Amino acid sequence: MSVTHDSTEATSGTRPQGDALLQVRDLTKVFDVRQGRQTTHLRALDGVTLDLRRGETLGLVGESGCGKSTLARTLLMLERPNAGTIRFDGVDPLSLSGKELLAFRRRVQMVFQDPFASLNARMTAGEIVGEPWATHKDLYATSRDRAARVRELLSLVGLRPSDADKFPQEFSGGQRQRLGIARALALNPDVIVCDEPVSALDLSVQAQVLNLLNDLQQQLGVSYLFISHDLSVVRHVADRVVVMYLGRIIEQGDTEPTFDRPLHPYTGALMSAAPSLGARTREQIILSGEIPSPLNPPSGCRFRTRCWKATDECATTPPVVQGSGPEHTAECFHPLGASELVDVAP
Amino acid sequence: MTATYDLPDAGTGGTAAGTGSVVLDVDGLSVDIRTPQGVVRAVDGVSFGARRGETIALLGESGCGKSMTAQAIVGLLAPVADVSAGEVRLDGTDLVTASRKQRRALAGPEIAIVFQDALTALNPVYTVGYQLAEPFRIHRGMSRKQARTEAIALMKRVGIPEPESRVDNYPHQFSGGMRQRLLIAIAVALSPTVLLADEPTTALDVTVQAQIMQLLTDLRSERDMAVVLITHDLALVSEQADRVVVMYAGTVVEQGPVGEVFGRPRHPYTKGLLDSVPAGATRGSDLRSIGGSPPELQDIPAACVYQDRCPLVQDICRTERPAPRHVGTDHASACHFSEEVSR
Ligand SMILES: Nc1ncnc2c1ncn2[C@@H]1O[C@H](COP(=O)(O)OP(=O)(O)OP(=O)(O)O)[C@@H](O)[C@H]1O
Ligand SMILES: Nc1ncnc2c1ncn2[C@@H]1O[C@H](COP(=O)(O)OP(=O)(O)OP(=O)(O)O)[C@@H](O)[C@H]1O
Ligand code: SF4
Ligand code: SF4
Ligand SMILES: [Mg+2]
Ligand SMILES: [Mg+2]
Repeated sequence: MSVTHDSTEATSGTRPQGDALLQVRDLTKVFDVRQGRQTTHLRALDGVTLDLRRGETLGLVGESGCGKSTLARTLLMLERPNAGTIRFDGVDPLSLSGKELLAFRRRVQMVFQDPFASLNARMTAGEIVGEPWATHKDLYATSRDRAARVRELLSLVGLRPSDADKFPQEFSGGQRQRLGIARALALNPDVIVCDEPVSALDLSVQAQVLNLLNDLQQQLGVSYLFISHDLSVVRHVADRVVVMYLGRIIEQGDTEPTFDRPLHPYTGALMSAAPSLGARTREQIILSGEIPSPLNPPSGCRFRTRCWKATDECATTPPVVQGSGPEHTAECFHPLGASELVDVAP
Repeated sequence: MTATYDLPDAGTGGTAAGTGSVVLDVDGLSVDIRTPQGVVRAVDGVSFGARRGETIALLGESGCGKSMTAQAIVGLLAPVADVSAGEVRLDGTDLVTASRKQRRALAGPEIAIVFQDALTALNPVYTVGYQLAEPFRIHRGMSRKQARTEAIALMKRVGIPEPESRVDNYPHQFSGGMRQRLLIAIAVALSPTVLLADEPTTALDVTVQAQIMQLLTDLRSERDMAVVLITHDLALVSEQADRVVVMYAGTVVEQGPVGEVFGRPRHPYTKGLLDSVPAGATRGSDLRSIGGSPPELQDIPAACVYQDRCPLVQDICRTERPAPRHVGTDHASACHFSEEVSR
């Protein structure tokens, strides 16, 4: 059984280990939730294994509630995992304290999903963007340097230098999201975990922010873990993608093959459901069946309650990893064939 | 208030084929904000009408005034903002001049809004079940038990798995997308006549998005509800909306049936938006975006609001604000050179 769950073994075998800046192995996060008078366990992450390589953008997609933000928060050490390991540049961040922990926090930054809740209403935009420097004093020596850098960061994300004096509530939704991005950039991190960084942005600003992230990567080699439900954006920015379903990574691979020839039926459904311009009549796989609960995940393959290819085997045994090559793998007994996407569409 | 922004049919008529009567009629709505630097106008003479059973989309760049417009319609503007002109008629009743009490009675059963900020709009100290049950207790006089049953049914309808087990959880125990769905559930609880949804699906993946849009579509036909969908997502507009109102710098620059507006945009801004769709763009390549950025509120030009970014700009654009003009059935554009805009 052990082989079946280790979906990245094949991947990490082909590239040198040193390539991975962030290594995540079998990460599990369980929340206790109240159910009437009892407490039950919600497995938000159930054995997540992935590598984030230096200078790459790893796209993370999956249904609402599948555990994407929990994974992000756990990587940032905002949540403590119940099991599994994280290695950042070879070091376990959970073992760090003091100066080393501070250094880790500087190198790994996050753009939060909720631009409203994550900004302090009593601080001006300039103070918010410059706040990280209060704990990382060495970065900019003088207050003039800091003020100049704030203005620079604001214009990088398409805000105005003069916006530095405004309070968060004076900004629209998309403008606040850009503030969050500017703040994440303030410490010149090595890794930025972006949780839906452009979802509140219109296309033209979205393009501007994505171009900016891309430029930073070219110049500074920043790695991104890029969470988004917008598949066209992920396709545009990601080198590789991982697809999550109910707390597990069920498919991963290089972006093109994964988007063009998905292996896992869930990925296939996801790709076909993406809305597109001028396509009211496009072919779609509409998933039927209820979304299962992480409180009580299905036995065997967790997608089986909605899968049109499910067999008896899928109900009893966790699926083995299959691949169309070491760089593209999925946890499924009956991966999709090349022509199947067309066949299943209504 | 009237002259320049009065659209003969686009806002108030019932001329388009197969659509119901106008239930929400926004006419020359303006919103002023008091800032330390003085009063600025965030929404300037916005007019549109939403018909029963139709989805009308409010589309435009970040900061163009979409949320302000929606908040003004439901009378829930921030303390620093006021409606300075215009009317909002809901089935004939002017909401702008309505008393607090009148408005409270309408909020929920007649008009409801899904706010853009999913996390802060839910109260962190009450369970979601309590918050979902509230409309049923207040407006329908249901018992706690009945209301709770309704709350669970609603959670199911917006796709929260195992709602019976989650009904006593607090908002922070739900994912971003789940909170957004809970807000939608609260808004549609009493099947309002008009539903304003401010970026209701931004945090949702495509499969759940499809499910939510289906829910809205069902409610729309069951209850003959009018949906005002506020979004920056062109694909969503193209799939879901019947008509679209394109906003720029607080004004409506173009409006009309989605097929027409997207098929043949008649305002340079609409065209610019359509051109920036990343579809097909290759990995790492630069995406096309409209050059420059929208004007700051205190610097919005008196003449054409789009002049600083417009590729077609002429002298007249800097001296005269273009009035919205009909460029097709139910299709209007506020541009001096709308005939020259082509795809
Ligand atoms: N409380 C406030 N004080 C001052 N200015 C404000 C306030 N609220 C909003 N604004 C400004 O009013 C304009 C319109 O804001 P609004 O929230 O309506 O934009 P929006 O179109 O909803 O944008 P987004 O797509 O980013 O949510 C923006 O320029 C914003 O900066
Ligand atoms: N603090 C918490 N307590 C209890 N349950 C939680 C908590 N945080 C998250 N969860 C649960 O964990 C699961 C995963 O949540 P998470 O926020 O990671 O989802 P997500 O993939 O980011 O979804 P979305 O796309 O909607 O943001 C959900 O079922 C959620 O209800
Ligand atoms: S393992 Fe079986 S149920 Fe799971 S995705 Fe594959 S075919 Fe479907
Ligand atoms: S009126 Fe002139 S500046 Fe304004 S959109 Fe039309 S062509 Fe451009
Ligand atoms: Mg999330
Ligand atoms: Mg808004």
